[in-house]
Amino acid sequence: MPAPFDGISVLEFAGGIAGPYCARLLADLGARVIKIEPPGYGDPVRRIGPFPGDMPDQEASGLFLFLNTGKRSVTLDPSVPSGRDLFLKLASNADVLIEDHQPGELEQSGLDYGSLQESNPALVYISITPYGQDGPNASWKASHLNSFHASGEGFTLPGGQTYQSFPDRAPVTAGANLGDFDTAILASSATVAALYAREFLGAGQHIDISRQEATLGMNRLEQAQFLSQGREFNRSRSYEYGGIFPCRDGYVMLYPREDHQWRALAGIMGQPELGEDERFSARADRIRNGDALNSYVRPWAASLGKREIYDLVAPSGCPAAYYANAQDLMESPQLNAGDFFQTIDHPRTGPLTYPTVPYRVSGIPWTPPEPAPLLGQHNQEILCGDLGLTPEELPDLRRAGVI
Amino acid sequence: MSENSSAAKSALEGVRVLEFTNLVAGPFPSFLMGLLGAEIIKVESAAQLDAARRAPYSFDDPDNSPAFNGLNLNKLSVRLNLKQPQAVELALRLASLSDVVLENMRPGVMDRLGLGYDRLKELNPSIIMASVSTAGSVGPEASYPGYAPAFSALSGLAHLTGYSDGPPGELHASIDSRSGATAAFIILASLFHRRRTGEGQFIDFASREAITALGAEALMDYSINGHVQTRRGNRSQGLAPHGCYRCKGEDSWVSIAVDTEREWFHLCLAAGHAEWANDHRFSDAPHRYENHDALDELIGSWTWHHTASEVTELLQAAGVAASPSMSAADIAADPHLEQRGMWQDIEHPFMGNLKVQGPPWRLSATPPTIRTHGPLLGEHNRDVIVGLLGESELQLKEWVDEEVLN
Repeated sequence: MPAPFDGISVLEFAGGIAGPYCARLLADLGARVIKIEPPGYGDPVRRIGPFPGDMPDQEASGLFLFLNTGKRSVTLDPSVPSGRDLFLKLASNADVLIEDHQPGELEQSGLDYGSLQESNPALVYISITPYGQDGPNASWKASHLNSFHASGEGFTLPGGQTYQSFPDRAPVTAGANLGDFDTAILASSATVAALYAREFLGAGQHIDISRQEATLGMNRLEQAQFLSQGREFNRSRSYEYGGIFPCRDGYVMLYPREDHQWRALAGIMGQPELGEDERFSARADRIRNGDALNSYVRPWAASLGKREIYDLVAPSGCPAAYYANAQDLMESPQLNAGDFFQTIDHPRTGPLTYPTVPYRVSGIPWTPPEPAPLLGQHNQEILCGDLGLTPEELPDLRRAGVI
Repeated sequence: MSENSSAAKSALEGVRVLEFTNLVAGPFPSFLMGLLGAEIIKVESAAQLDAARRAPYSFDDPDNSPAFNGLNLNKLSVRLNLKQPQAVELALRLASLSDVVLENMRPGVMDRLGLGYDRLKELNPSIIMASVSTAGSVGPEASYPGYAPAFSALSGLAHLTGYSDGPPGELHASIDSRSGATAAFIILASLFHRRRTGEGQFIDFASREAITALGAEALMDYSINGHVQTRRGNRSQGLAPHGCYRCKGEDSWVSIAVDTEREWFHLCLAAGHAEWANDHRFSDAPHRYENHDALDELIGSWTWHHTASEVTELLQAAGVAASPSMSAADIAADPHLEQRGMWQDIEHPFMGNLKVQGPPWRLSATPPTIRTHGPLLGEHNRDVIVGLLGESELQLKEWVDEEVLN
């Protein structure tokens, strides 16, 4: 059975997280992704861990392995003429090109959208930058820390529970380079929409996505409330009542929003009379007497483990959660009930457990991807197979630092 | 939909989505598709109002919610009371005229209503149905209700956010947007697939998995080394300075990230503290990382005398990555976003003139558009029942009177 992007060829001229994760989402569904990496050096993520035993190894970065499953790696330096020629040939065969260079940088070498679409008008060309292709801040430098703080969400973190103890400390970025993933997810949707439109337009197009606007786009609810109601949140934002409670081995979240949820929680805590207590009977009462309500929940939560609390409360319908770390996730019965975690073998690391895709699609069977490529692993396949070079030409290109 | 004066085509022109959704995770994928030109029909009911129409988003009238408006721009609203068989019948007729059915009700509810995939497929074999749920349809916790802050906890992202010596971070509705955006991708992929093969699909989408995957770095570290990573504030492994510093003004902060020795040197000069560059505690990245607390104190003692914009301008001019930690107010007043066309004015029949946030991306040949305000509850009963289904005005009135349309 075919996958949605069978026959779609993607050229990934990007490093880090956002561009490569966007390409990986396409690879998951059948796209053939050719990853262009700087000769010798490779994608910068190859030098970011986690590494086995914390020993740097460009072929064994856990983050790289996750972001690049199912891709082909070609080392190529388009800044030298013969490398540029090879790049142009690859681009003329591609359906999608994903790049993450500074605005204007690729114009100088003729690898920008305007230049490439002349020979390949059907090309869908995605540009990923911190602040977009134009505007007064387009040339600003930014790490994930900066663009996340520029998105509005960092200003609201870590949140009220932390603020109570540390009111003088700074707002924080979300962990896990979340803003890069925001960008990748949104870029993937725009890419598929452009492929869809290509069928009737007969042409590709240029997609401009910025990390600042991607994360801002995930915060529409808050931004709309500010724009129209002047409601503004900072890191002191907290639950009206309930919220985060320390427990024996970590933290849990308990939020009995509705009346029946509070009655359920009170019963589970072994204090059903609190469910009938008029201080807590309607939501408005619970908001008014939030401190008192929390003072009943706190000691109960402190006496139990996080999974224990979750298993007791969540089935009742009362919003509840435990704060999972990586071990909890890997051991979660729910996350292990389906195909989400998969074992993928890799020549350097051996088999490892990877998180994979969050969907099952009835008519699109999904199989675990091939492992991430070694640096330049597919030079011969792509340069000889796709572009028709002879194997004898490769050593010269290698010596010249082109590949 | 006459406000769209642009002659350009939309990417998803001719695609119709029927949605049974609530709050953020369900409405978000179709919101993105609406920006790209799809027609979105939202099935609503007064009996079970979308939570974004209620407190704390609207305190009086369900049509008085900027949050609902912001997530449902471009959509049509039809009121169907699905407790009535007649209303379910109408929903089925709409589904048979749609390309995508999207829902984020509790697992099993659509089946119980007679709107499950098997039934829809009988009427419309090429339908794409997407069920966005907490945990997907299988597994021991599949029936548990969802709630955005719960996802951020259960997925591990909250554990990775916050100060290393404080409790986990509190991520709210943005987490639902992230599920929704991921769901949009698989829906669009299925539409693309259908165009090539004619096949419909049932998409079983698990929000918990979608969010968990984003914390891949920590998961891979556990997988490889058995390490359990934890939150580290604004810090980055090995790089320093990498933080957020207090500036002049109330609750004003600037983020600064130094990657190279050259950037460090230029930061010292820009701050007017060339002596920092000669301080042996900060002589290279490992030293700076080791003395990060002392470094933060020095940098904070400098930023404190300047506004976040001043520090940002100075450092950017020196080639150092910096930006203010922007509040919603800062975002709304930002000249850069303004010039990028992030805001649009739209007339809302209940709330009047509103400034709304634009699309998260630009597409050159099929520009995303905001054409209409988020719908009033049941605003398009007539367009849908009379216009689309071809029923008479009399019949419409009867169904309203019988509360089929409620």
